[in-house]
Amino acid sequence: MTPLLKIDGLTKTYPGVVANDDVSLSIAPGEVHALLGENGAGKSTLVKTIFGLNQPDKGRMEMDGTPYAPSSPEDARVAGVGMVFQHFSLFEALDVAENVALGMSDPPPMRDLSQRIETVSRDYGLPLKPGQIVGDLSAGERQRVEIVRCLLGNPRLLIMDEPTSVLTPQEVDLLFKTLRQLRDEGTSILYISHKLEEIRALCDTATILRGGKVVATCTPSEESAGRMAELMVGRRLDVPARAGTVRPETLLQIDRLSVPAASEFGTALKEVSLTLKAGEVLGIGGVAGNGQDELVATLAGETRSPADTIFLERRDISRLGPEQRRVRGLLTAPEERLGHAAAPDLSLTENGLLSAATSQGLARRGFVDWRAARRFAESVIERFDVRTPGPGTVARALSGGNLQKFVIGREIAQDPLVLVVNQPTWGVDAAAAATIRQALLDLAGEGSGVIVISQDLDELMQISDRFAALTEGRLSPFRPAAGLTVEEIGLMLGGAHDMEPAHAH
Amino acid sequence: MIDLVKRPQPSRAWAWATPLLAVLLTLIAGGAMFAALGTDPVAAIRTIFYDPLFNPQFASYSRPQLLVKAGPLILIATGLALGFRAGVWNIGAEGQYIIGAICGAAAGLALYPSESRFLVFPLMILAGLAGGILWAMIPAILRTRFNTNEILVSLLLVYVAESILASMAVGTLRNPEGGGFPGSRNLGQWGASQNLELLPGTGLHWGLVAALIAVIMAYVILHRHMTGVHIRLAGQAPRAARFAGVDPKRLVLFCFAVSGGLAGLAGIFEVAGPAGQISIDFNVGYGFTAIIVAFLGRLHPVGIVLAGLLMALTYIGGELASFMLNIPIAAIQAFQGMLLFFLLAVDVLTNYRIRIGREARA
Repeated sequence: MTPLLKIDGLTKTYPGVVANDDVSLSIAPGEVHALLGENGAGKSTLVKTIFGLNQPDKGRMEMDGTPYAPSSPEDARVAGVGMVFQHFSLFEALDVAENVALGMSDPPPMRDLSQRIETVSRDYGLPLKPGQIVGDLSAGERQRVEIVRCLLGNPRLLIMDEPTSVLTPQEVDLLFKTLRQLRDEGTSILYISHKLEEIRALCDTATILRGGKVVATCTPSEESAGRMAELMVGRRLDVPARAGTVRPETLLQIDRLSVPAASEFGTALKEVSLTLKAGEVLGIGGVAGNGQDELVATLAGETRSPADTIFLERRDISRLGPEQRRVRGLLTAPEERLGHAAAPDLSLTENGLLSAATSQGLARRGFVDWRAARRFAESVIERFDVRTPGPGTVARALSGGNLQKFVIGREIAQDPLVLVVNQPTWGVDAAAAATIRQALLDLAGEGSGVIVISQDLDELMQISDRFAALTEGRLSPFRPAAGLTVEEIGLMLGGAHDMEPAHAH
Repeated sequence: MIDLVKRPQPSRAWAWATPLLAVLLTLIAGGAMFAALGTDPVAAIRTIFYDPLFNPQFASYSRPQLLVKAGPLILIATGLALGFRAGVWNIGAEGQYIIGAICGAAAGLALYPSESRFLVFPLMILAGLAGGILWAMIPAILRTRFNTNEILVSLLLVYVAESILASMAVGTLRNPEGGGFPGSRNLGQWGASQNLELLPGTGLHWGLVAALIAVIMAYVILHRHMTGVHIRLAGQAPRAARFAGVDPKRLVLFCFAVSGGLAGLAGIFEVAGPAGQISIDFNVGYGFTAIIVAFLGRLHPVGIVLAGLLMALTYIGGELASFMLNIPIAAIQAFQGMLLFFLLAVDVLTNYRIRIGREARA
């Protein structure tokens, strides 16, 4: 059978890196093909080439046996390739149908379009109303908008980039149902992920990339997840190990913290309470946009809360600013790497100063000790294996995963009493994620308290002692992470804390 | 097809080359404009750039003028650059310059005819500084309290300041012995208040000394102190600045205080020296030109010194050209405007490179 898409010897170089090195693969009609690899392995470059966002230096592609060389996403769409990006490109203030229309070069009248959206969403089990404002939708629903947008173009190949990273377990099930249905109808799917169990459950074939090269092609259902991870990373991965135990003394206490939403699309925090003990790792799950950013900003001191709501070692710190909290040992790492945790056009040395200037003595009476600052940045780069030419590099020149290692490492390297991290391994490759998780556990092992806010439930189950869900600004009661089932977690995330489900999905 | 491709890292080479390229393009386009006006472009450009420095007939007068004009430009631009780096847009330095001059002059004249130079001159400087700061606090506080647009408010306050200046010149500060003519007593001829030329024949006065001190301090703040890191952070990534613990409101107040204060100082040094008195047309646009100087100097203190000297040269040379070659003064101003225009236009090369050919659409 002629493959739908055949890639032959594709090479793409950027200054200083070979992003794709002689990559060949082929996707059959109706095949779900996994593209597996660490960050920087060349997955994005390859997918962008297929979608016409960049052009290869060498090599060729064929679609149905005829040469295929898209020079723009429009060409790719015409040829029957659709792509759902990891980051959605939707306008929050517009409704679903308007957003879909904006992505089309020649949109039909709105009424027809709404009808087609309804048909497609019904046919593929993607519950969606064309008139809903996107700003009100959950991440899962937003993803459906993107998928429907693609499906309206009747693609023969659908590219999905890390689609489950923002979904609850129930939403993942729903998505898989849709993808299987598409496969059965003959649509091929190129599925990019680093979640090996998902790939084993869904994909027919997997191409594993490492350092820009194809290192293996396998049938995921016949390989163990561990074996695939090894192929991907090139060495054995250790499951993070815990050392030390939870001690009785309370480090951080939040007492009925309520903070109004800062903007129309923000989330208010409602009566959030928690107690963090020394040596403990608290996991807070939930889909982004449910108050995670607000909780971190309030703990960091960027947003002030009413007095007597946040206590560090029994002292009220609610009214203190970020620097004063850092001095007392409460450190945070926000989710957004570029623009929040780090400034894009400043060097890593300068970005190191961002949070470590006082605690690491990098500035005395405000005067920067540039040599010490440089040494600090270098030490973070070395300890957390940040791949970069040096501390003089600007932050935006780093890949997402590498910058994430730097900004998390910057906080860990300061030996915090309490560390709050938001999505610590989001978009980070498996090896780096393992490093970060181990470093968080080591920190707890030394007696610090750690709060991990994450959408990755596997991660939370792996490293946290107790788990709670943050939904619409409310925090569920904490429960011991050991022994929680996926269903229980799903219900906690759905906002039905310990209650019977009112309606089944 | 021409395409702009973002550089992974801003180019250091282009960051320094763009001002030179902008000057070059200005010479070409300006030359063309002068030619279209019927003047020999080579002669015009030589009159603007060469004659003020090296023509024996003019240089003895023009050279000191260079420092006289560059002084206030550098002083004001240095303050503005701090704010511009932080994303705080003080466009009203001209107004702060005027109010600084009025306050300083008024403080001095209140003590007339005291002979105590050690009392009068320092007091005038402090009053000028305070006047500039206070005038700058209006847009700053309106922004931090009510979130008004500081560009608009600071700019409009220039016209308020000009009206106050006119009222002062014909009213409150008018020279009682001036025979009813508008304008204050001449501070430049009063021993206790005059801003002397420190080395005869050079044009060097206290304003330039203050400018050099400001440049050095700005350099230290920007490149050796956490305040500079915070300023750059706030300009580039306001959320990251808040994460680092920068209070955005305090930063706005700080930037306005510095830029307003320095503009006020420039005003007092001008009124006590080269200008000599508060008059209706005391301000000549230094506060606006300083915006060009700040950007031409890449918002870098050392760059601003060079840019200030260059702009001063175009002022002096421009006057000379309009006098010698009958070039309209508006053409000179257009010529100066071209400099900023080309600078901003080629600035894009620092962060982007040009790709010509295929692969155009994205």
